[in-house]
Order: sequence, then C-alpha cells, then structure tokens
Amino acid sequence: MKYVALVYYQEQIINAMSEQAWQDLNQECIAGVERLSASGHYLAGQPLQPTETATTVRVRDGETLISDGPFAETKEQLAGFYLLEAHDLNEALQLASRIPPARLGSIEVRPVRELPPKAAPQTEIGE
Amino acid sequence: MSTEPLYVDGLYRDHSRRVQATLIRLLGDFELAEEAMQDAFVAAVQQWPVNGRPDNPTAWLIRTGYHCGIDQIRRRSTARRRAHLLLPTELPPTAEALDLEPTTIEDDALRLLFTCCHPSLSMEARIALTLREMCGLTTEQVASALLLKPTTLAQRIVRAKRKIRDAHIPYAVPPQEELPERLPDVLQVIYLVFNEGYSRSTGASVVDINLTQEAMRLGNELARLLPQGEVFGLMALMLLNDARREARQDSDGELVTLDAQDRRLWRQEDIHAGIAWLEKALALTPTGYYTLQASIAAVHAQASRAEQTDWGRIVRLYDALCRRFPSPILALNRAVAIAMNGAPDIGLKLLDDIAHHPQLSRYHLFYAAKADLLRRQGQHEAARDAYQQALQLATLDPEKRFLHRRLAELEHSP
Repeated sequence: MKYVALVYYQEQIINAMSEQAWQDLNQECIAGVERLSASGHYLAGQPLQPTETATTVRVRDGETLISDGPFAETKEQLAGFYLLEAHDLNEALQLASRIPPARLGSIEVRPVRELPPKAAPQTEIGE
Repeated sequence: MSTEPLYVDGLYRDHSRRVQATLIRLLGDFELAEEAMQDAFVAAVQQWPVNGRPDNPTAWLIRTGYHCGIDQIRRRSTARRRAHLLLPTELPPTAEALDLEPTTIEDDALRLLFTCCHPSLSMEARIALTLREMCGLTTEQVASALLLKPTTLAQRIVRAKRKIRDAHIPYAVPPQEELPERLPDVLQVIYLVFNEGYSRSTGASVVDINLTQEAMRLGNELARLLPQGEVFGLMALMLLNDARREARQDSDGELVTLDAQDRRLWRQEDIHAGIAWLEKALALTPTGYYTLQASIAAVHAQASRAEQTDWGRIVRLYDALCRRFPSPILALNRAVAIAMNGAPDIGLKLLDDIAHHPQLSRYHLFYAAKADLLRRQGQHEAARDAYQQALQLATLDPEKRFLHRRLAELEHSP
C-alpha cells in the first residue's frame, strides 16, 4: 500500500529556531530519508518553501485565476510530503512517527487512491 | 570638477531605476541589486571627479554595481539562508563581458514592470512594488501616498520580493502569445495607481507624491516600450479623466457631478492629448477595454455643454463593453446611459433587473445612480429612499456630504 505523509508545522516555530537547531533538523531529516530508503519504505518526498511563496491557481468559466497565498488562518502550514510504501496503516503511522518534524507539528497520513482504469474510447454504434 | 556631484544627482534621478532594473536581472535578487546600485553611485561620486566621467555613464554604473553585487554574494555565500542566492555553478560573466546594449537595458525596465505586476502577487503588493521599484519612490513616500504606515508597507514589499525570489517568479516579459493574458495585469496596476491618486485629489492633501502623475509616467514609458493598442487606450483614458480634475470639486472642495461641472475648467490640452492617444489606439485592433472606456470619456470631453452629450454614442459604446467584458458595474453604467439617452423607464427597469447582484446590492453608487434617475423623473419620494440607501453605504465624507445636499434639495422641492 502507498501512503502519503503530509508534514505540517507552524512556520513561526521554525523561523524562531536558531541557525544550529535548523541545521540539525535538516540533517536529521536527511538521515531519516536514508533509513527509509534502505528499508524500502521511501518512494518519494520533498520539503517545500514556506507558504509565503505559495500561489493558488483556479480555473473558473474557462479563465485561469492566479492569486497570492493561500494565507488561510490555519495554525499549521504544509511543509513537505513523503510518499511511503507500507503494509498497512499501522506500519505507515509507525514510519510517520519517525519523521523528525512530527515532534514540532503534525504528520497527516493518507492512503493513496488509485484512479479508475482509463475509459475505453467511445466507438460509434454499429461499428 | 565642482559640478560633478550635481551631475551625479541628475544621473541618479534619471538612471538609478534603469541601473537597478538591469542589476536585478544580472544578480537575480531585488535587495542585492538595490545595494549594488547604491554602491555604484557612491563609487561614481568618488571616482568621476578624479578619473573623469565615463563615455557611457549608465553602462559604467551597471558594471560597477555588478562587481559590487558579486562581491556581496561571495561574502554571504557561507550563510545558509542566503544559499539559494548563490550564482549557478558556472562562473558569472565578467562585468566587461556583460551585454549592455541600450535595447537590453530598456527591456530590463519592461521585465521589472511585468515582474512587479505578476498575477501571483497580491494586488496590494503589486501596487506597492511598482511604485517602489518602477517609480523610484522611497518606502516612506509610497506609504504616505497609499495612506499606510511605513512599517506595514515595508513588510508588504519585503514579502513580495521574497516571493519573487523564492518561488522563482520569472524576470521576463511574457512571450508575444501570452501578452494578451498578461498585459491586462500591468495595465490594471497602472490604472489603480491612477485612480488611487485621482479619487484622493480632493481636500487638503499633504501628500507630496502625485499618484496620477506617476501612473501617467508609467503609462508613457510602457507605451514607448510596448506599443500596443490597449496601452494607448489606457493613456487616453487617464488623460481624459485627469483633464477634468479642477472641475470635479468646487471652491469648498465639494464634489461636482459631471453634468454640473464648469466645462471651461477642463484642460483642453490634456483632452487633445488624450484624443490623440485614443486615435492611435483605435487604429489598432482588437479594440480593448481601456480603449472603449476612453472612447466614452472622449464623448463627454467633446461636449461643450452637458445637454450636448451624445448619449446615443455612449450607449453603443457600453453595449460593446458589456458584450465583451460583462460586469455588473458596466451594466449599471449602461442602464444610466440608456436612461439619459431619452429612455428613463427602460433605464430604471434595467437597474431593477440587476439590483440583487451581490456586487451592486451593497454598492452606494448603485443607489446614488438610481436616485438620480428617479429625481430627474420627478419621482421625489422614491428618489429620497434611494438617496437614503446610498447614504447608509457611502464611506467617503465628500460623497456623504454630496448625498446629504441632494436629499436637502429634494426636501425643498414639491
């Protein structure tokens, strides 16, 4: 089973960190990814730039609308994600608990959803 | 020799924005470019009196600024949070090898404008950034012009610059095929800057920055760099509106509506200039939003008395606008034009049809327009009600006083 672990934390806490604490956290994450890769659980992942770099795209009535943000008043912000391979949710949660920012914020674990098979092309009746 | 510092002053005024625009492209960072630009001018003040003035001062300033910027990057390269500032692995070109053709430098101004007006930035940030970077105003000047605290504005600008850097908003003029989509963003920022200044031209303003002038300067520059019909149309619209500035308020600073204005106060030279821009715009197709709006402004500008206004032509122009760019505000204006064109019943009926649109139901000018049509029809009772509704929603003092005056006039009429 594939699970996505979404990493959330308060950017304020990170911004208030000392340079050294931030470096340590990054190194810890690198080591964590190495461990997950070695055990075959890590499929992909990426930390993200802070929310102030975010842009939202919407298409309404065929028009592309681009806006700054989101700057919703949520307590924690999305900071990165992992795509994990695990037997079941229990294992996925266990893996997620070892993602270092779990200590600072929260990790949301969600099973992936597979899209239905691609629809066969419509053929003309009587063909 | 003694005139050298003065010469640098003039050069700073005329060229600092241009030097900075090019340095932003070369160094890839707004703040770094600004520091580097300042350093370059400091160097000029020190070196030119001794070594003589260079043949091409702008190119000299850019090269020197680029040197200073590269030095800065080297010094900062150990700091983590600056790590992404590091130049790519290949060595930066030497200052002597930079392409500093006049056309490249001109393009940089255009790149800067499109970057400042990028749709992924909030509208507030776009306006602040454009005034700060394109008009060369200080943070304090922009803040006072926008009636904001300097700290608020500074924060807004810092956040926008950080986003440009970290999200990699490209420092580029969009390719030709994307221009129809991106140019309106730039024109909208310029027009908002203009309106910000225009709506604030009443009362004892202590603001020394004239936003209408800055907007027209930006429009002029854009028209030179990017000669598109809509840019000309926007220039025409701004000039035709601004020509009426002195007539928009009486000697007590009270609002005067278009039909009551002393048209001798309209500045004819601006009207002529506006119409010249409009003719250039109309020669290019398709006719866009600003060109159509300017065409309406031109109809008003060409009527020497309010009664001579060619409302039939205005209705046709609003028809075209509403077809191409449907919006409730335009529908409101179209309804008023139809009423003024001798069909008040149809106009009032059209107003009723759109009254419940969320953009209009809380819009004081909707009720003010309705009240005015009712008043002209002699329906004083209904007009009073509409003026009352407008009054409840209006926020600006001159507008409130205007609505109070209209109400008082109705009280005294049969």
